[in-house]
Amino acid sequence: MADTGVAARIHGGLHLDEHKQESNATAIRTLGLPTRLVLPMHQHIGEPAEPLVRVGETVLKGQMIARASDYVSAPVHAPTSGRVTAIGEYPVPHPSGLHDLCIVLEPDGEDRWDTLPPGFPDWRSTDPAEMRERIRWAGIVGLGGAAFPTAVKVNTSGQRRIETLIINAAECEPYITCDDRLMREQAADIVDGIAILRHVLGAERCLIGIEDNKPEAAEALRAALGATVDAATDVVEVPTLYPSGGERQLIMLLTGREVPSHGLPAAVGVVCQNVATAAAVADAVLRGRPLIDRIVTVTGRGVVQPGNFRVRFGTPAPFVIDAAGGRSTDYHRLILGGPMMGFSLHDHQVPVTKASNCLLAPAADELPPSPTERPCIRCGECARVCPAQLLPQQLYWQARAQDFDKVQDYHLFDCIECGCCAYVCPAHIPLVHYYRFAKTAIWAHERDRDKSDLARRRHEARQARLERLEAERKARLRQKKEALEQQPSAAGKDPKRAAIEAAMQRVAAKKAAQLDAGQAPNDE
Amino acid sequence: MITAIFTIAGLATLFGLLLGYSAIRFRVEGDPIADQIDALLPQTQCGQCGFAGCRPYAEAIAGGGAEINRCPPGGESTMIALAELLGRDPVPLEDEAAAEKPKSVAFIVEEECIGCTLCIQACPVDAIVGAAKQMHTVIADECTGCELCLPPCPVECIHMHPIEVTPQTWRWPHPPTPGREVVNG
Repeated sequence: MADTGVAARIHGGLHLDEHKQESNATAIRTLGLPTRLVLPMHQHIGEPAEPLVRVGETVLKGQMIARASDYVSAPVHAPTSGRVTAIGEYPVPHPSGLHDLCIVLEPDGEDRWDTLPPGFPDWRSTDPAEMRERIRWAGIVGLGGAAFPTAVKVNTSGQRRIETLIINAAECEPYITCDDRLMREQAADIVDGIAILRHVLGAERCLIGIEDNKPEAAEALRAALGATVDAATDVVEVPTLYPSGGERQLIMLLTGREVPSHGLPAAVGVVCQNVATAAAVADAVLRGRPLIDRIVTVTGRGVVQPGNFRVRFGTPAPFVIDAAGGRSTDYHRLILGGPMMGFSLHDHQVPVTKASNCLLAPAADELPPSPTERPCIRCGECARVCPAQLLPQQLYWQARAQDFDKVQDYHLFDCIECGCCAYVCPAHIPLVHYYRFAKTAIWAHERDRDKSDLARRRHEARQARLERLEAERKARLRQKKEALEQQPSAAGKDPKRAAIEAAMQRVAAKKAAQLDAGQAPNDE
Repeated sequence: MITAIFTIAGLATLFGLLLGYSAIRFRVEGDPIADQIDALLPQTQCGQCGFAGCRPYAEAIAGGGAEINRCPPGGESTMIALAELLGRDPVPLEDEAAAEKPKSVAFIVEEECIGCTLCIQACPVDAIVGAAKQMHTVIADECTGCELCLPPCPVECIHMHPIEVTPQTWRWPHPPTPGREVVNG
């Protein structure tokens, strides 16, 4: 039988003000249609999707408008029926504030569904590969915020056997309550999705990890599980401690196993999925519905009526804010994600995407900007709270000095960017910013190195080809010369001299003939 | 006395043979230092260093015939990496202005191209496709931005386009550090 209760504790972590009650008291509201939807092609980790439609084309709700361009990629579907009015670069929710390729859709207001593929009512006897294909078709990505394509994550062929499916319902970051509300209202869908995911993975058991500050949600899940008599799935309440919802942290809490550095959870026989992802999987497999919307928490004192909304992808953020009663007088900035891991949006017009779990509009005094950075006093608080058991201070020094080899020796890529270190830092050093700086710089170096390797290979191939062509040319010339030399050598003479001699012989013969013929008349 | 002489002579012969054998048995093909230097160079094959490509420059550095500051596309970071590898002191770049140029790729204005194939012959990485009297085009992913195709073009239809930063290639900036002047740009 599956064990219940917490198997282990995580290192570090923080008790933060939860700020969940602002948004979790009211039911999820379904948002209407905005005047236009802007759908980024890159809403997930991996390669961007490729548009399948042209400007001016009319599309139906649920129609695939961009296909996955690679194995690690996800398609995009039309969230409503309407007309494609543009395909081009628009602002996207990204910390850079840069623009990216988007499809702009003008809804026709009819919200007419495309013909959808049939569901798999008898999924228990369906081949897992077929269901993985359905999950891939539906464009499902991890809805916890990382947006990793789910079909890739559940394809564990060739890896270690998966024993445990872990469902991440911890929702540990303050302010965010979208998963909480979803569990309370759609527990049955989640439980269906869990059963399907377990079947796809061949996992014997499932543990749902939920923080103990969400008793209603846990109760709803237990009730839904009771209705299906699923004995291999258990709800485990974990103590409320940020970041217990980190993938590696939750696996540690529930199974006591530590995911190795540079390894995937599959290395310890575990796959972790978010609750909302499980619900989306149920939608795709049972009802043939692609992923076209998600629950978004809109909260902070900057909005009048915080709450949770079912929002179609591509809906501009201001439209969502308006649905939450609009901006309050305290509105001064907009954060995508939570207060710990989110980022401030440069452009408030950006659309909601698959990765948008929360729009946080804090008042100026609610999340005050960090005071000016002061020198590190080496107190070691950061190392005490780090849930990945890293040495944030060392990472900071190396990242600051731009020593990218050393910073990797200190396991920079095991950092989950939870922000605990920066939160406790008495010198207000923006530590996570330094780590992100170092990570993106290392990725850029790797891209440059790949590019120079390619250039080297192509240059060497070209050099080899030119040398070969030159050698062939020389060989041809040599052959010609030899052929020429061979002809006169049969006569045993130099060709030039032979030609001259032949000419001289001809002249001599002519002269002789003239002499013979001319002598007689001359002598007359 | 005699024993000592013979012992030393014997040992010398033995080690001599051993070294001679190892030199043949464990011979390393090529020049490993030049390989390491070549791995650090950006492989644009642009010839701005005065050599006919990255490999010849790497060999010249390894042979002591060239300074480490002659690679503008590599910029300061490559110079520092080379200094670290070779244990030399970092030196200022020879051509600072060229090093500050943004990374670019060549672009052929296809309407103007006359199909002379001169640029194809100049490209060190075969990144231009086309045939005689046919329009040519640049494979942008494979172009190193060396600009060697610009001078041969008789109609000047090749332009350099700076590579734009996308959300995927964007880098977080270095946080403004106290005590260090922040230049807003």
